Amino acid sequence: MIQLIAFYLFAVVVIASGALTILSRNPVHSVLWLILAFFNAAGLMVLAGAEFIAMLLVIVYVGAVAVLFLFVVMMLDIDFAELRAGVMRYAAIGLALAVALVAEIIIAIGAWSAGGLQLGRRIAPIESDVPNIEAIGRLLYTRYLFIFEGAGLVLLVAMIGAIVLTYRQRSDVRPQNVSRQINRRSKDATRNMNPPVGQGVEL
Amino acid sequence: MIGVTHYLVVSAILFTLGVLGIFMNRKNLIVILMAIELILLAVNLNFVAFSAALSDLVGQVFAMFVLTVAAGEAAIGLAILVIYFRSRGTISVDDVNRMKG
Repeated sequence: MIQLIAFYLFAVVVIASGALTILSRNPVHSVLWLILAFFNAAGLMVLAGAEFIAMLLVIVYVGAVAVLFLFVVMMLDIDFAELRAGVMRYAAIGLALAVALVAEIIIAIGAWSAGGLQLGRRIAPIESDVPNIEAIGRLLYTRYLFIFEGAGLVLLVAMIGAIVLTYRQRSDVRPQNVSRQINRRSKDATRNMNPPVGQGVEL
Repeated sequence: MIGVTHYLVVSAILFTLGVLGIFMNRKNLIVILMAIELILLAVNLNFVAFSAALSDLVGQVFAMFVLTVAAGEAAIGLAILVIYFRSRGTISVDDVNRMKG
């Protein structure tokens, strides 16, 4: 019973916040609704018994991706009211497409749950006595080790790409030149003088 | 009782909301990127639901890889958005026509 209530709570909130994500006027609100959607999707995943993916969703999406979105939205000086102007122009065709898509998917689900496909054998059956995280770790570091390394490579390339894209060499400011600072010795910078009285020092 | 069909319907609606978001916010690139994140979330929900229904862990592992690609895509997409805004001063999709020739 409590499972049923929790499922419907999470499902309703995730759909409502997903709708508000695409409908909000202010992109900052959009990001906040997106965060709520991710939290509730994580709740749905916990209900399905996938704790690790749920926690990963909270950490990666809420902790990294959503904050990245928030930073970009707040840093760019954009007139969002102007960007909203033509929204309703595409609403009709978008709505028609969305209705067609959801009808298609639900028909497909109906066909599937009527007992259509014969799926292949299980590759990694879930054992009830092994915790979810431990089971995923075992699978990830044995059978899917190379794909896991590939995922790490994808993240590395994304990181380097983002840095290379956004880094800019500015000519209007004088940055710190660390090697020059370290290489500077006191004999290059100072002179020992013994000026006669009343004549001063020639610089 | 909650079955896999419930999960599939929720993720279908979420997926459709993402597609609708791409269509409706034709001008705002940031919201389009967020709609793509919604679509990937729906896909992940599908993976997890099938993983639980078929009692096979591979779905959850694959959901993790989808998550990885989604994070990379968001980072690269936002970086391109930032440099585009820096050079053109707008992020409206209709104005992105520099390579049209």
